[in-house]
Amino acid sequence: MDKIELNKCQKDKIAEICAEFGNAPGELINVLHKCQGHFGYLPEEVQREIARHLSIPVAKVYGVVTFYSFFTMQPKGRHSISVCMGTACYVRGAEGVLEELKKELKIDVGGVTPDGKFSLECLRCVGACGLAPVMLVDEKVYGRLEPKQIKGILAQYE
Amino acid sequence: MDTIRLTIDNREVEVEKGTTIFQAARQMGIDIPALCYMKLDNLGVENRPGGCRICVVEVEGRRNLAPSCSTVCTPGMVVHTHTMRVINARRTVLELILSDHPKDCLVCPKNGRCELQDLAARLGIREIHSVENAAVSTYKKDTSPSLKRDMDKCVMCRRCETMCNDVQSVGALSAVNRGFMAVVAPAFEQRLVDSNCTFCGQCVAVCPTGALTEVDHTGKIIQALMDPTKKVVVQTAPAVRAALGEEFGMEPGTLVTGKMVAALRRLGFDEVFDTDFAADLTIMEEGTELLDRLGRFLGGDKTVKLPILTSCCPAWVNFFEHNYPDMLDVPSSAKSPQQMFGAIAKTYFAEKIGVDRKDLVVVSVMPCLAKKYECQRDEFKVDGNPDVDFSISTRELASLIKSANIDFLSLPDEEFDAPLGESTGAAVIFGATGGVIEAAVRTAYEIYTGKKLDRIDFKELRGLDGIRHATIDFNGTPVNIGIAHTLGNARKLLDGMRAGMYNFHAIEIMACPGGCIGGAGQPFHHGDSSVIKARMDAIYREDAGKKIRKSHENPYIIKLYEEFLGHPMSEKAHHLLHTHYFDKHD
Repeated sequence: MDKIELNKCQKDKIAEICAEFGNAPGELINVLHKCQGHFGYLPEEVQREIARHLSIPVAKVYGVVTFYSFFTMQPKGRHSISVCMGTACYVRGAEGVLEELKKELKIDVGGVTPDGKFSLECLRCVGACGLAPVMLVDEKVYGRLEPKQIKGILAQYE
Repeated sequence: MDTIRLTIDNREVEVEKGTTIFQAARQMGIDIPALCYMKLDNLGVENRPGGCRICVVEVEGRRNLAPSCSTVCTPGMVVHTHTMRVINARRTVLELILSDHPKDCLVCPKNGRCELQDLAARLGIREIHSVENAAVSTYKKDTSPSLKRDMDKCVMCRRCETMCNDVQSVGALSAVNRGFMAVVAPAFEQRLVDSNCTFCGQCVAVCPTGALTEVDHTGKIIQALMDPTKKVVVQTAPAVRAALGEEFGMEPGTLVTGKMVAALRRLGFDEVFDTDFAADLTIMEEGTELLDRLGRFLGGDKTVKLPILTSCCPAWVNFFEHNYPDMLDVPSSAKSPQQMFGAIAKTYFAEKIGVDRKDLVVVSVMPCLAKKYECQRDEFKVDGNPDVDFSISTRELASLIKSANIDFLSLPDEEFDAPLGESTGAAVIFGATGGVIEAAVRTAYEIYTGKKLDRIDFKELRGLDGIRHATIDFNGTPVNIGIAHTLGNARKLLDGMRAGMYNFHAIEIMACPGGCIGGAGQPFHHGDSSVIKARMDAIYREDAGKKIRKSHENPYIIKLYEEFLGHPMSEKAHHLLHTHYFDKHD
């Protein structure tokens, strides 16, 4: 992953979040949660800053970030695509939809297109089982999907 | 002492409150198998993640099986360590671990010394039922100048993580990822060389499998020995002679100095020399530096950097370069004995025998894995030619001896070659924590006071306590000495010093538990730390048996200064025997 340089304002924000939790090593998960909320993801430089403030090895921070699937080191694309892999969607062909998305976007689940336009993820059930298989692009739900529709849907986004 | 009574395998036992089932069983001679659990008694180290589940036992009245390593005994508890249910559970757990483990034991560097292999043999595993469905990880391998990581062989016991974090306070390793990709790795899964790893190798010393091993140079050494155009000389560190015998089934603490020399000669080394010679030289330089700083300090010079810190231990050097970049001018500038030996061998000795340094191969046998890294540092090379060409561990020497058809146990005792093989008792004790500073005191005292020491043994500087201090009376001048072994204790000592808790003139630091005798290149202790104590006793026995026990009385050291160096800290000595340090803080 490309290294990013944090500016002073971003560093101050991390310091502020860490201080809010008393710079306590035991608050690592809360700090990570809040930092991801602010930055959208947890790049290497953010983790190094957090380690410094909490006085813990950066390897430990990275260990926690890679253990919990909620935390991500990948920035999200401008448009976030989520394919439902819940039972109903799965049996009605969600896997084919996902494969088509991967092929069109040339990225894997968890990835972002090089132009930063789309990111691709899976989730479990959005409560629209009647429309299975379902995918979300940002907040919009697409139901009763077939792989051949994918290209057209993606073309609608800038 | 509060005690409780319980029953294990139909026998009653009384144990101290707080004892685990695992420990209680051990006390009554029941050896419950374990994989992740490790306890180094006299060093206060315990790894108890309760993760492997090999040590499960049946506790009456409890629904599930209990991990004995992390279940505390309660009064009246009835435990069974060997029931059908336990046997089946243990075997299933081990089969699952093995299902995600490479099966290439025959060509694994840990073959024959692997705790997982031993466990599979002990539990009688003949088939891995779940193997066809299991995923097998293919994690990238990582090679540094000292250590190799092959994480496909990691069983997530996390002993390495305990050593790196809790014992060494280095924090280079942590458990990362989950599921089949779960391994122990540096931050961002970068290479060890790019991390803050000090190459102390304590992770290798405790790894039960072949996941963490040393970089093996035995092949290169055989090549050099077979090359008729090369003159190959070897130096052996003090701690090696106190442990090498273990690789041949001898009792821990057996001194094998003479057999080791005989074996090296039969391996084909042209000269068998001793790092101990260079240890005496280190004392001359470091001791003089101490007296110089101390003298100026007592004379009122406020710019003097005190305490002086020893600089023999390469992992310690890496540690302060990473963690204390503001203190780079505090440690002694003296090179380590390994590097002093190399510098003298490739100048003084090469000139003496009329061989070009490029045709002289210097091999070191070390209890240490950081030495492999140290000898590759650029500042220890002349026109790209290193002062020490290869550093091998005690274990690698044992395997060289075995591969060369030498029956070690029947070897006669032989003597080191002159001139770089002569040493004193002061040099031998470099191998144990406190030894370097004791050796320095023996010499510094006599030079400073101009008097003969009444006693040579400074027992107040010895022992296995992690941080020790003593004040030695230099004929009216009290000299305060601090000693720490393990990098975690070193950090505590340095931080305490910065906080004004201590007022030392000199500090010795060794990265490994017990000093070099507990080094990562030594025969595996497999969690039995009494081995380290036995080696320590052997080191002091060797010292006590030496005719000369003070470095400045070594006749060949005196001759080296007369013929070549001039005097300690002379310009030539400074050029060849001293170094400088780098800021590696990121």
